[in-house]
Amino acid sequence: MAENKDEKMIDIYVMGRMYRVPEGLTIMTALEYAGYKYVRGCGCRGGFCGACSTVFRTKNEYKLRMDLACQTAVEDGMFLVQLPFVPAVRTVFQIDKVDPEEHDNILLEHYPEIARCVSCNTCTKACPQDIEVMDYVQAALRGDIDRTAKLSFDCIQCGLCSIRCPADIKHYHLAQEARRIKGRYIDIHSQQLAHRIGELHDGVYEEKMKEYVSMKKEDIKKVYDKREFHKEG
Amino acid sequence: MEGYLYYPGCTLKTKASDYEKSAMAVMEALGKPLVEMDDWYCCGAVQSLTTDDLMHQIAPVRTMCCAQEQGETELVTLCDMCYNVLKQANLRMREKPQDLETLNEFLDEDPDYRGEVEVFHLFEILRKMGREISKKTVKPLDGLRISPYYGCMLLRPTEIAMDDTENPKVMEELLEVLGAQVIDNPKRTECCGSYHTVNRSDIVEKRVKAIVARAVDDGADAIALSCPLCQFNLDYHQRSAGYDIPVLYLTELMALAFGLEVGMEKHWIDPKKMLKEKKILE
Repeated sequence: MAENKDEKMIDIYVMGRMYRVPEGLTIMTALEYAGYKYVRGCGCRGGFCGACSTVFRTKNEYKLRMDLACQTAVEDGMFLVQLPFVPAVRTVFQIDKVDPEEHDNILLEHYPEIARCVSCNTCTKACPQDIEVMDYVQAALRGDIDRTAKLSFDCIQCGLCSIRCPADIKHYHLAQEARRIKGRYIDIHSQQLAHRIGELHDGVYEEKMKEYVSMKKEDIKKVYDKREFHKEG
Repeated sequence: MEGYLYYPGCTLKTKASDYEKSAMAVMEALGKPLVEMDDWYCCGAVQSLTTDDLMHQIAPVRTMCCAQEQGETELVTLCDMCYNVLKQANLRMREKPQDLETLNEFLDEDPDYRGEVEVFHLFEILRKMGREISKKTVKPLDGLRISPYYGCMLLRPTEIAMDDTENPKVMEELLEVLGAQVIDNPKRTECCGSYHTVNRSDIVEKRVKAIVARAVDDGADAIALSCPLCQFNLDYHQRSAGYDIPVLYLTELMALAFGLEVGMEKHWIDPKKMLKEKKILE
């Protein structure tokens, strides 16, 4: 690709080989600019799916850094490597058999390695979502499913916490289980859905529906714009 | 602070919730409530014995740093394991400033720990409150014969022992204030088998049998202790030897003597039957 004279170019290294790329590209777009094609390890390109977690080094720094390839801009002198996706082992469980009332600590049963946490906080430092990862592992350790779920709510399952953990903890799978248990057993279940399904069964809306179906497009648009919203609860 | 800054530890929140509830209730009644720390971390449960073990000091030091940042110099624990780990880590930070420096550098997201927090076990606090405990004892444990059991973690190594390593007396003193009759058990400072319970229950069963047998043979109605792991081992594993003597947290007995509501929900051997027979419970 021909260089644009207005663009500032920087040097990055991919698997040891130098490439000159425009400043301001993300790691992902820089790799593509250099000619690489993503087959795996790339998803939404918007920082939400967690597929493109990667590890890199910046100039004159010995420490490895990690982030999402689609969200991190390349820097001059940056070293990039190929990183396989993160296939951490997940405990398979049945949602109707994990009632927290019936287990002392179901998360510890499914992920006993959390007891190895030494509170080094490397997971938190690795997290591109700024989640207090260590704190939710600690909450899980003391059986606090609600807090584990709340603290981990923004998790995108990229797995960077797990690849950096010295204790081999599978943080993101643990947290996902906590959120699922919370949804099933701890959160208050909305009554509206059952109520509405009951109304449909009873044919409450059938007359209205016939009326709407026979209406002109303009008229139904008016009805739609004037619709009322019901409050939760 | 009114009362004491309290470090629970994970087990107190799960298997040993009976201990936490009764200790909280007792301290509340004594006008010195236990106030849980804003932030705390698992202590690691076992003091690391490997040569290069600085990594295992991170968690306890982080917790003591949290206490420091809450502006407290006293930190109270209930669990014997937590007590032992926190106290040993704290001692090391004082004796080896280079280790403290290394950890403070590693914990760059937190303020430096200055090594000024003192770690106490609840019994050390209670020991100084004999008069108040006596005043609150509205239903003395008359006729109840209790055999105290200390295990290892409160007393060893000597540098962090909360009482005389060979001849501890704190539980005896507290039980007497509550009106109970103390049954001496020469095996009260022997190990229950600890974490062998995970994969070598035969070892635990043997040790528990010896400890429990002494208490039963000397006519004890119950065993009193404070370590959640000892509680599990003594409570669960004595059944293999055919015993059925209740194993209570000392704070549960204290709560009973104070006339407080006591759950006693997570015992393998239900203490309620014996307590009813002894007219402690109605």
